[in-house]
Amino acid sequence: MVKLTINKIPVSVEPGTSILEAARKVGITVPSLCYHKDLCIAGNCRVCLVEVKGERTLTASCAVPVYEGMEVFTNTLKVRNARKNVIELLLSEHRCDCLKCEKNGKCELQDLAQEYRVEEKSFIDLSIGKRIDRSSPAIEKDDSKCIRCQRCVRTCAELQDVSALTVARKGEHMFISTFMHKPLADVVCTNCGQCVNRCPTGALVERNYMEEVWEAIDDPKKHVVVQTAPAVRIALGEDLGYDPGERVTGKMVTALKRMGFDKVFDTDFTADLTIMEEGTELLTRLKQALVDKEKVALPMFTSCSPGWIKYIEHEFSNNLDNLSTCKSPQQMFGPLAKTYYAEKAGIDPKDIVCVSVMPCTAKKYEARRPEMKASGFRDVDIVLTTRELAKMIKQGGNDFRHMEEGEFDSLLGKSTGAAVIFGATGGVMEAALRTAYEIVTGHEVPFPNLNIMPVRGMEGVREASIKIEGCVDAWKFLEGVELKVAVAHGLANARKVMKQVAEGTSPYHFVEVMACPGGCLGGGGQPIPTDMETRKKRAMAIYEEDEHMEFRKSHENPEVKLIYDDFLEKPLGHKSHELLHTHYTKRMTK
Amino acid sequence: MVLDRETKLKKLKEHQTKVNMIFQDQDCGQMLDKCLSMSPDEIIAEVTESGLKGRGGAGFPTGLKWKFAAEQKSDVKYVICNADEGEPGTFKDRQILEEQAAKVFAGMAICSRAVNASEGIIYLRGEYNYLRPRLQEELDAFNKKLKEKGFKFSIIIKSGSGAYVCGEETALIESLEGYRGEPRNKPPYPVSHGYMNKPTVVNNVETLVYCAMIIRMGNKEFLQLGTKDSRGAKVFSVSGDADVEGIYELELGMTIREFVDLFGDGDTKAVQVGGSSGHCVPRRDFEKTIIGFEGVPTGGSMMLFNSSRSMYHVLHNYLEFFCEESCGQCTPCRVGSQQLLRGIEAIKKGEKPPEYLNELKKLAETMKVAAKCGLGQSVPNPFLSIVNNFYEEIIF
Amino acid sequence: MSSTAELVQTIVGKHGTRREHLLPILQDLAKEQRYVTEDAMIEVARALDLSAAEVYGTASFYTFLEPVPTGEHVIRICKTITCYMKGKDEVIKAIEDHLRVKLGGTTTDGKFSFFAANCIGWCHEGPAMLIDDKVYTKLTPKKAIDAINEY
Repeated sequence: MVKLTINKIPVSVEPGTSILEAARKVGITVPSLCYHKDLCIAGNCRVCLVEVKGERTLTASCAVPVYEGMEVFTNTLKVRNARKNVIELLLSEHRCDCLKCEKNGKCELQDLAQEYRVEEKSFIDLSIGKRIDRSSPAIEKDDSKCIRCQRCVRTCAELQDVSALTVARKGEHMFISTFMHKPLADVVCTNCGQCVNRCPTGALVERNYMEEVWEAIDDPKKHVVVQTAPAVRIALGEDLGYDPGERVTGKMVTALKRMGFDKVFDTDFTADLTIMEEGTELLTRLKQALVDKEKVALPMFTSCSPGWIKYIEHEFSNNLDNLSTCKSPQQMFGPLAKTYYAEKAGIDPKDIVCVSVMPCTAKKYEARRPEMKASGFRDVDIVLTTRELAKMIKQGGNDFRHMEEGEFDSLLGKSTGAAVIFGATGGVMEAALRTAYEIVTGHEVPFPNLNIMPVRGMEGVREASIKIEGCVDAWKFLEGVELKVAVAHGLANARKVMKQVAEGTSPYHFVEVMACPGGCLGGGGQPIPTDMETRKKRAMAIYEEDEHMEFRKSHENPEVKLIYDDFLEKPLGHKSHELLHTHYTKRMTK
Repeated sequence: MVLDRETKLKKLKEHQTKVNMIFQDQDCGQMLDKCLSMSPDEIIAEVTESGLKGRGGAGFPTGLKWKFAAEQKSDVKYVICNADEGEPGTFKDRQILEEQAAKVFAGMAICSRAVNASEGIIYLRGEYNYLRPRLQEELDAFNKKLKEKGFKFSIIIKSGSGAYVCGEETALIESLEGYRGEPRNKPPYPVSHGYMNKPTVVNNVETLVYCAMIIRMGNKEFLQLGTKDSRGAKVFSVSGDADVEGIYELELGMTIREFVDLFGDGDTKAVQVGGSSGHCVPRRDFEKTIIGFEGVPTGGSMMLFNSSRSMYHVLHNYLEFFCEESCGQCTPCRVGSQQLLRGIEAIKKGEKPPEYLNELKKLAETMKVAAKCGLGQSVPNPFLSIVNNFYEEIIF
Repeated sequence: MSSTAELVQTIVGKHGTRREHLLPILQDLAKEQRYVTEDAMIEVARALDLSAAEVYGTASFYTFLEPVPTGEHVIRICKTITCYMKGKDEVIKAIEDHLRVKLGGTTTDGKFSFFAANCIGWCHEGPAMLIDDKVYTKLTPKKAIDAINEY
């Protein structure tokens, strides 16, 4: 252990600990901007400066490890003056339209300016003449608010291994750019929004569609239905004054009803449907491979995560056959709302506005894909993030904390624990195994309480194998087969798994990939800030929710049974193909 | 006392007969033999005792740098010659490479023996690309000689591509590794984690030649020159309002007054010592300012300005340079440089009151202690020294 | 295969595919193609398994590798104060008039780009300029135009 003092308080920490971390250990917060727990150290914003005895210059506390006998001072006049100056400089290159900024009240630069009592423009305004890129339906990039901390660049490189964003040019011209400063829509960006989650200012935000939703709700001719994704309910509270990991499912439903949605449905319902379709697709592929000896693309990859889909379309476009053809739950919901539900409720589908609330920015892009018109209309009209919903709940003026617990509306509102865990990395895999195993063998997966622990957790790539035993007659060919599965989250991890596939060395039958670290619970549309600790708490909440559900297996969802009986007939049936399955597009590789 | 050009040249010649290490022709084979006859420890001791400090501008004791690198346990170590001479007003490294390349290579070879390095790299600035063919020719011959003498060391040349900041050693390493030339966080330093994360010595061209000469002749002659804090001589790049511009090897420790008498045109009002990133010394401080680490340190650039020159214009030129050549990653340097430049422009135009200069001076003090690397930390040098000494010229 | 792809393949073949080879590759490309083109950067990204944005980010850091279209020859006149003191502005004016192009631009026939450069290391013999890799010093308006006429 290394002993040092910070503001004369003795501290003892592991060798290699940074001054900033050491300070946090004794309850001293050093302000920072470019520092982010999920990312490597940059040391470029110079906000976290501290004084180290014996040093001529101030020290960036995030970047410098402690040493024995070090004497650190975090709050001297010299430090405060320098920090204030640095904050003033950052403000001078930041366009301060704080009141109408997406990040107002959630902006780290604004917080610091307040803390250091900095005037808006102490120096000359350098923010003019910068570009605002609204080419993407998912993400808005406003260079005039960028403070060049490079968190986004590091996110895109380290967590996602996409590097759609880079630092370009130098000196006064240095800026955060795409390839050749092309619009975001024209580059390999997956719209995952992880950069948005880590941007300290409003330079990277989701495209906001709140007004469109209010307008639709206000239009008496429109029948506005909303679906909410599994990961929304376990994180929404964070933007409404709750601690990470608190579930607010029932209150969320009530809030949505009070906001004026005509029906509040659940994406969990189509998550269960996804399991039915995708599970059947997997078993069919296995049969084709093992019995019919056909050449079929294995491993099969999940297709719920639109960031992942766009990624593979760019980077591994030769392996698109490995993707399940199932649409994501959001995009299964859309056409069903405008066909099945419209029919049952006797509403003209052209009058239905289908809104979804997602933990995701890429879903905004997904809904706009030209092929997503299976119902004859735009299947999903407007996609909101968890953050936008929280803002709308506040705008609605309702006291969220004291709201009663509501219930999702029926037909497209029933869910199971299997659907809930879609929100966590490994969840789709676990849900699929719970159902597929039971279809094949007639009995439950051999894990205590249905909890398939090997696929849970936050390891970047996890693998598991299950020996299939006791098959029912129809699936006898699977008897004794060791089903090998893997789970990857974060596109950097997805790349590792994909490289094996591209090289032909992948040992798996089925792989779940989620574009975002932690899966949807860590999605690009979730409350900010995010870090591993927060993501773990959200995951715990998801598994808690699962344990509390009446049904925990997708095939037991009564509304899923109903829709197959009344409408879809059977998984992979004709209607399913038409409404619930899709195809993929090869995209530019660089 | 204004000397005529002839007298100046005569005096300079006298000076150069006393100090002549850099441009003195040497048999490099003998240099290498001498080096081989010494143990690594002896080489390091010889260099350390000479008091030689880095000649690139930062002035880190060379012997100490070598000692640190030598102490590192690693299968691979590198010696890098920093030939990214980009400081405005500095051109001595180019001349050394043109005239005494073999001595530079010898310095690298000596260093390699001292620290047990196997690979040498010369990082040559892109602006000097025209030197490369001839350098390569000489280097091929030298590498051959190294092999003959039994050195397990060879040298290659890599080019820069127009980025001043790559003269900062960690930025240079980033550039060599194929990245943007952005300075790294320190510690760790290159002596332990340098090129390819291996122990690396980065030395300036001129430093390496002095090392070669110190090993060749012993450090006695070097020690006789200069002052306690600034041992030896150094090569100066003299430009501006001087009748005898050019490259001169001079003993360290002379006053600016002595220097101006030797080089000035009789009307010198200020000398910028150390290039854009150095200090501006006004006439009234000529007598009391010593050229060396105890006074104004310099990488060799000496720009002389006579009374016809606008110091606002000079400062403006320097600040424009920093705005362009900052790597841009850290706030104080990227934004601070722009604010200093825009600030003096605004004051000049009357858009900001003269008192705004005080804000800029405070900002400059912040940049000194808050910037990530030496570049940003030294932008305030010209700013403060010019603003403080030529206030009226800046304001009016 | 496109000619750019072939060129990149040849150059990459000469240097290698590791990250530290990126700069030499870009330097050769700039020499062969006048400047680093968009297509070339994409090809380099493929060869080195980098994102195109990363290649662009690195190239655009270096003044000589900036991926902006340039003429057949690039004139870079030093803009340091010492060159200014020796009459750089008159030389610039003369070149602008001669080439009918403003500093920072490229002639309509695409033969010359005329840029300002930070110190090129000839302060004692200013004004100085580079035309491609060749240096010209102690410029007067006439000497500068004579130099340009060599091309």
